[in-house]
Formats: sequence, C-alpha cells, structure tokens
Amino acid sequence: MVKYILQRVGYMIITLFIVASLTFFLMKLIPGSPFNNFEKLNEVQRNILLDKYGLNDPVPVQYYNYMVNMVKGDLGISFQFDNTPVTELIANRIGPSAQLGLQAMIFGSLLGILLGVIAALKQNTWVDYGATFIAVVGKSVPSFIFAGLMQYYISVKLGWLPVMLWKGPEYTILPTIALAMFPISIAARFMRTEMIDVLGSDYITLARAKGASRFQISVKHALRNALIPVVTVLGPLAVSLMTGSLVIEQIFGIPGLGEQFVKSISMNDYPVIMGTNILFAVLFVVVILIVDILYGIIDPRIRISGGKAK
Amino acid sequence: MSNKEITISKDMFAPAHIDPSKSEKISKTSLNFWQDSWLRVRKNKGAVVSLVILVIMIIMAFVGPLITPYAYDDQNTKHNNLPPRIQGLENVDWLPFDGTLTRRNGDVYNAYEVKKAEDSYYWFGTDNLGRDQFARVWKGTQVSLFIAFMAALIDMLIGVAYGAISGFIGGRTDGIMQRIIEVIVGIPNLIVVVLLMLVLKPGIIPIIIALTITGWTSMARVVRAQVLKFKGQEFVLAAKTLGAPNSSIIFKHMIPNMFGVIIINTMFSIPNAIFFEAFLSFIGLGLQEPHASLGTLVNSGFKSMIAFPYQMIIPSIMIALIMVCFNLVADGLRDALDPKMRD
Repeated sequence: MVKYILQRVGYMIITLFIVASLTFFLMKLIPGSPFNNFEKLNEVQRNILLDKYGLNDPVPVQYYNYMVNMVKGDLGISFQFDNTPVTELIANRIGPSAQLGLQAMIFGSLLGILLGVIAALKQNTWVDYGATFIAVVGKSVPSFIFAGLMQYYISVKLGWLPVMLWKGPEYTILPTIALAMFPISIAARFMRTEMIDVLGSDYITLARAKGASRFQISVKHALRNALIPVVTVLGPLAVSLMTGSLVIEQIFGIPGLGEQFVKSISMNDYPVIMGTNILFAVLFVVVILIVDILYGIIDPRIRISGGKAK
Repeated sequence: MSNKEITISKDMFAPAHIDPSKSEKISKTSLNFWQDSWLRVRKNKGAVVSLVILVIMIIMAFVGPLITPYAYDDQNTKHNNLPPRIQGLENVDWLPFDGTLTRRNGDVYNAYEVKKAEDSYYWFGTDNLGRDQFARVWKGTQVSLFIAFMAALIDMLIGVAYGAISGFIGGRTDGIMQRIIEVIVGIPNLIVVVLLMLVLKPGIIPIIIALTITGWTSMARVVRAQVLKFKGQEFVLAAKTLGAPNSSIIFKHMIPNMFGVIIINTMFSIPNAIFFEAFLSFIGLGLQEPHASLGTLVNSGFKSMIAFPYQMIIPSIMIALIMVCFNLVADGLRDALDPKMRD
C-alpha cells in the first residue's frame, strides 16, 4: 500500500511538472500582447513594462524563475487586475467555487444514490424507467444547457429564484442543481446496477430467511455493500464538476475560480491563466489520488497490486 | 380430459424417419457477427428510436440550410430578433410558432407586424443581426457533428495504432509507452484543450486538434488490453506459423476481432467531443462569427435570453437531443456487441 501511494505521488509530481512546463511554454507561444495599448508606447516605456514583469529575460531564465517561484507558492502578479498577486486573486475566489462544488457533489451523490436504490428495489416498474430516463438525460445533456433552461423557466418566467449573482443561500440553488445533474445520473446508474447485483447475492437471501424486514435488508445489508464501488466514480465526478463549474459560474455570475479563469482568458492575463491552470491541475490530480487510495482502504477485497487503478 | 385420451388412436401416429446425415443440420440460417449484433440492437427500442432521430438530424444538417430561402450568414438587420413563425402552424394557439413575443410587462405583440415583415417566415426566428436561425441551427449541427466525427475518427486511428504497437511488441517498449499514457491521462484534458485553443487560432481544425491531443488514450488502453488477450491465442499462433508478418497479424487478424470494442469506444467519444466543442464555444474559445456551431448558438442565445428566449432554447434542445441520442445508441451498441462490458 505504501509503495503504491509513493508510486502514485511520483506520477503526480511528474504530471504537475509537465502541466506547469506545458502551461509556461504554450503561454509564450500565444500571439498578442497582454498589455493594453502596448503598440502606442515608445521603446523606453515598453522596456520598463517588460522589465517590471521580467519579460525581457531570456526564456530559460524566465522558465527557471517561474518554476522556482511556483514551488515557493508565488504565482506572479496579475497584468490586469491592479497588480494584485495571483495567489491573492485566486485565494479570494476559492470560497464560492468550493461551496458550489461541495453542494453539488453532496446533493448530487445523495439524490443519485437514492434514485438508484429506489430504481433497483422497484426494478422494471415505471419508477425504475423514470429513474433510468433521468439518468440518461442527466448524463448526456451538458450542465450549461440545464443551467440556461432552468434560468429561463424557473427564474425569468416563474420568478421563483434569483436569476444570477451570489448573495445568499437562495442564489446557490439553481447553480447547484445544474451542476449536480451529472453526479445524480452517474450515481443513480451505478447504484442501480450495484444494488441489483447485491440483492441477488446469498447473504441477502439469508437475511430474508432470518426474517429481516424489507427496509432492514435494503438499508443494512444491501446498501452498505453496494455503496463501495460507487466510491470509484467519485473521482471522475469531481473532475467533471470542476469542468462544469467553469461555465456554470460564468452563466450565473458567481465570483469563483472558473469565472476568473474565463475572464483572464479573454483578457490575456497570462499569470492568472497560468496560476489557475496549475491550481486546477493540482486539484484534479489530488482528488483522483485521494479517491483511489480511499477505494483501496474501504474495500479490503481489492488488492491494489491486482486491481487496475484508474 | 378422459374424452381426449379416447379420441387419440394409434393410427394417428407415424414413425419418424431417423436420418443420421440430417441430424446435424442447422435449421437456422447462420448469422455473421454483424447480423447477430443487429438483431440484438433491434430489440433495444431506445437505441433504435435514437438511431432514427440521429439519421434524420444528420440528413437535416445537410438539407436544412438549403431548404430555407435564407443563407446562414445572410444579414438583414431590418428583420433582426424575429421570433419563430411557420406557415400553417402560426394559427395554432398552443404552439410557439405564431411570431409573437412577450414584453417585460406581459404585453403580447406580433413582432412581424412591428418590423413590417408580414410576408416573411423565419421558421426558427432570426438572431440579433437578422440571420435566419433555421439555417444557422442546421449549419451549426453540421459543424458540430463534423468536429465530433473527425475527432472520434482521429482518436480511433491514433489509439488503435498506439495500443496495438504497445501491446504487440510488449516488454520494455510497452512499459515506456504505458508510462507515457499514464502521464497524459493524469493531465486534465480541460487544461490542455483550453491552452491549445489559446495558442492556435480559433477554427474547426484547431478544435479537432485540441480534442484529439488527449482524447486517444482510452482507445489505446482498450486496444492494448485486447491485443494482449489475443496474443497468446491459437489463431495468432497459426498466422505466425504460416509466416504472416507482424503488421498483417495485427491488422488482418487481431483488429477485425476487436471491431466491437473499437466501435463502442468511438461511439462514446463522439458525444464527448460534441460536449467539449460546445464547452469551448461557450467560454469564448470556439468558432468565430459568422461561423456557427451549436455551442456558439447557445452562447449567443444566452446574451438575449430574457427578451428573445427562442434564440437559446432551440439550439439547446438540439444539443440535448443529439447528446441523448448518441448516448442511447452507444449504450445499445455496447450491450449488443459486448455484453460483458456493461457498467
């Protein structure tokens, strides 16, 4: 187990190094200048500006400085947002993103598990078909489509909830639901398959023979065992939530990381793009690592050496 | 009961002819892999209906822009922001094709009368520059589908080649190639795609490149696993004994045996590509005007959602429909081609 974790951490560091280098060199290739009215400045002014941000150094020196500073936790200074350090800019925005992501994750997986269990218990009835239909739609349709349609029908037409912005709990409802559609459908599908599998096993028959009630069987015996494999999908789910949050934050005007990222892209603000990029990469990699390790701990039947870790 | 027993007499029976040469005869016509799969796909109603809808949408993606009198990039600013209006359906109250809009205060007015465009019919309405949405939506569907199919095809080619080589050669080469894949899989594709789109100029080809650069890994893994499975089997040994070169063992003997797996994987990568294309367009890194894809249409529809909701709703429904259909067809194919691969 220790060897496995060390190996995974090793891969993680290689991956992050590649992401950081890739980000740096690709950003160097981007056409266009990050500064407004750069063409109108004279030679001296340009040099002052370039010197200030270290852009006059040879590329290898810039690369070295960038890597060293990054390891120290310094991601540079934003070109656009009043010279704010990128770290500070990002730190202010983690709150809303984390809240939205967690809410969507918890709400999505709980509702999905519930749907999946109900569908499995009522297999081949209209309840089951309904749940399957929701799962297919939720898995296929991109979250920003849900977001747009809900924004229009629920907020604009019916006026039940605020259309956008981030000012209180009621503002979080629509973005959470839009973002949670994917977790709901994945958890429901997975849970249904697992539950049906578990319900057919011998120990369920034994429990039934001992006279345990239907509720007891489904909750105490079946659910607990069926839940284990669901942990595997948590990693991909978290990743999809991060991708989804980019657009959802954009649509609902939520001051989170994703919105910052999209804004920096349109403003050519290199240090912020690089910083957010690397933060996203770290989050992705760490989440997947944690999920893989958790899976090994939760289910002793899975031997890491034999099982293929995703 | 007893009555029946009486009426059955012995002379109603005749001895059966036992012909040993015919006992081994197969009465059912033999089916090849594809016919058999088709029989199984056909039983899955959702997949069949989705397939029909997809075929209709693909045909419409090419025919649609031709059957309206307006081209997808024709601007007519006098006719901007007109709601959908269809001949014949405009008098049906409960359908949204009557050419009316609702003001903020709840007034309903006929936009075609206000804009003095009574004799024009824009079936899906027009956008803020007066371009025909019907032509744009189908043109956009065409572009989105093209990007998705190309991305899936390239993923397939790279993935199959990489996986087959890695699995077939084995040993150290395999080890190195697998480590490379592991690192690539670790890099979140969102980041690579966004970075590449920043560097390359927006357009159809850069989007395809950005999508394929990380997209081929799952195919490579699946193909490698299959090659490893086949490597020890008799038919490969037989081919080797007969002196077949490695390339013909891979392409003539192994790959045809994994067509099912390859098709399933490709079918799942198509909706994925459609999603990423729409996603890129949505964050402003997709196609530029006047070109349209479903993603850019939804994105521009968002900007005028409150006043002209149809501009967002119609392309949204298109994306949703295409994605659901592709997923259902892919699910159906997976169940039919490879029952072991169910999730």
